[in-house]
Amino acid sequence: MTSHSPLRFKNRIYYSLVAAGGLVVLMGLYAAHMMEEHGHIITGMNNQIVWGIPHVFAIFLIVTASGVLNVSSIGSVFNKPDYKARAPLAGLLSIAMLAGGLTVLMLDLGRPDRIIVAMTHFNPTSVFAWNIFLYSGMFAAVALYLWTMMEKRMNPWSKPAGLLVFVWRFVLTTGTGVIFSFLVARQAYGTAILPPMFIVMSFAWGMAVFHVVQAAIYEWNGKLLDAYVQKRMKNLMGIFVIATLYFVAAYHLTNLYFARQAEFERFILFDGGVYPLVFWVGYFLFGNLIPLLLIYHPALGKSKCILFASLLIILGGFSLLYVFIIGGQAFPLSIFPGYEVSSSFGDGAIGLYRPSMPEIMLGMGAVGVSFLITAIGIRMLDFVPHEIPKSR
Amino acid sequence: MSDTNVQRRQFLKTSVGAAAVAIAPGMLLFDMAHGKSDPVSSKVRWGMLIDTANCADGCNDCVTACNKENGLSGGLSPTDSQWMRKVELKDMRSGRTLALPMMCQHCEEPPCVDVCPTGASFKRADGIVLVDKHLCIGCRYCMMACPYKARSFVHEPLHDQKPDVPRGKGTVESCTMCVHRVDKGQQPACAEACPNKSIMFGNLNDPESEISKKIRTVQSTQIRADLGLNTGIRYQGI
Repeated sequence: MTSHSPLRFKNRIYYSLVAAGGLVVLMGLYAAHMMEEHGHIITGMNNQIVWGIPHVFAIFLIVTASGVLNVSSIGSVFNKPDYKARAPLAGLLSIAMLAGGLTVLMLDLGRPDRIIVAMTHFNPTSVFAWNIFLYSGMFAAVALYLWTMMEKRMNPWSKPAGLLVFVWRFVLTTGTGVIFSFLVARQAYGTAILPPMFIVMSFAWGMAVFHVVQAAIYEWNGKLLDAYVQKRMKNLMGIFVIATLYFVAAYHLTNLYFARQAEFERFILFDGGVYPLVFWVGYFLFGNLIPLLLIYHPALGKSKCILFASLLIILGGFSLLYVFIIGGQAFPLSIFPGYEVSSSFGDGAIGLYRPSMPEIMLGMGAVGVSFLITAIGIRMLDFVPHEIPKSR
Repeated sequence: MSDTNVQRRQFLKTSVGAAAVAIAPGMLLFDMAHGKSDPVSSKVRWGMLIDTANCADGCNDCVTACNKENGLSGGLSPTDSQWMRKVELKDMRSGRTLALPMMCQHCEEPPCVDVCPTGASFKRADGIVLVDKHLCIGCRYCMMACPYKARSFVHEPLHDQKPDVPRGKGTVESCTMCVHRVDKGQQPACAEACPNKSIMFGNLNDPESEISKKIRTVQSTQIRADLGLNTGIRYQGI
């Protein structure tokens, strides 16, 4: 084995990174333990804001786990060789993010110890119950797809497997959007635009995460990404960001048109305090305007710009989900339309929510899980075309 | 009679007595634990008619009775369970004010039951919507789905629970229409406690019941009737 110093140095950084990731995961597990010990009283969630920061992390990771497979779908289903070479990495990222998202979703349950009940008792009318199948099926489908790509004898099967994954991810993201579509009485949810909106969001965020990981791997290996491939991928990402913005605009404009929804829109877009701020600054400015400028401005659009744009798109994604999930619950239910209401249980009042340390730690722990799976996966198996640092 | 026979008889008597003393409380407890042996039937649909005109401003007796009956703390923080609450309403156009008690509306088509992944949220044949505390995993999807904000999540460990009203940290709960009382032929605690008799409890499926007769003669409303859930709780005077 060679032992020249740069490699040893890199090894050392690698192990430090893995250790740091492990530490974040441990912190998340500790937070989950605390939540189980003391109950959800130690989180910022309450009877009005029933889903908080852990769900923002979970839904971002699950939606993005589907979106990151763009790269493999374009390769396998639409036969683009540039993308095909990246398909294994996309598959690994998908599994990693799905695992992270499901971890936080599961550990945030009031009774995580009863997770087995979710397998033994199945309510067919619940989209949550369906999602349990969709999520576990996604692991299986992507694992199968990876096998057909990485095992030479199975290569002829990679196209049908890729097609299966392609269909599955559409259904999976639809299932995630439908969680909110099926909420009949909430002003923020209960609309059929959400599943397609979630699919397009997944495209944009998936491309952004893929870009960040790809940039890190190329930098690590001292390789330069081919300019043509980079241009194709950044343009595609730009289109998905614009498409997401289109859906978000359509969602809000439709709401604004309905008199009964006007107050909700005024809350979420203008006078709702932190939510309009996060929407306009976090999502619109940092998640759209600046990244689009970085991608499409003729003087910009180089590697560093694309990496920065990708990071901003991820930030924008979190911002949008924060406003959508938490802002959507903070606005009071309209139980008595036409009446001003008040009660001891927060009727007619804006719900208060301040994320607490344990729930943020839990969410970060999920990202840690995704990072660890990716970092170890890349090191152990041949996930990067041509220039993988072999562990042995 | 010989001495031996007397002794034998004495022994048998004592044995039977002792056996009865040993078994009887067990039988009694078994009976109590299993409640009525007849299954609930869909011939009955329990419901309530609440007369808001008689619901006195500032009176909280129904809520207090609910808390006491079900062993709730009565705390009012956003993390405390409130199965029942008084809502103050003011018509935005006319300025008319009224107050009413709000709780689980025991829908015929309950959204909470539809969305529950494990089937922990369920509707009994007699229309009472409940949560099976052994199946609830605490995902809170039902709380998101409920149009009436009727459900609470147990955020903290519980102490001194009522034996008839199982609750559990990390699970979701709501008004049970005092199912443990109803099954014994009693009224829900809130209906019994209302000083103005504004809460009428009864069988909506029986055309001869007092509640059905009243619903036929007075104008009553289901809250968010537009959702088509056909609630078991009806209000008068909204």
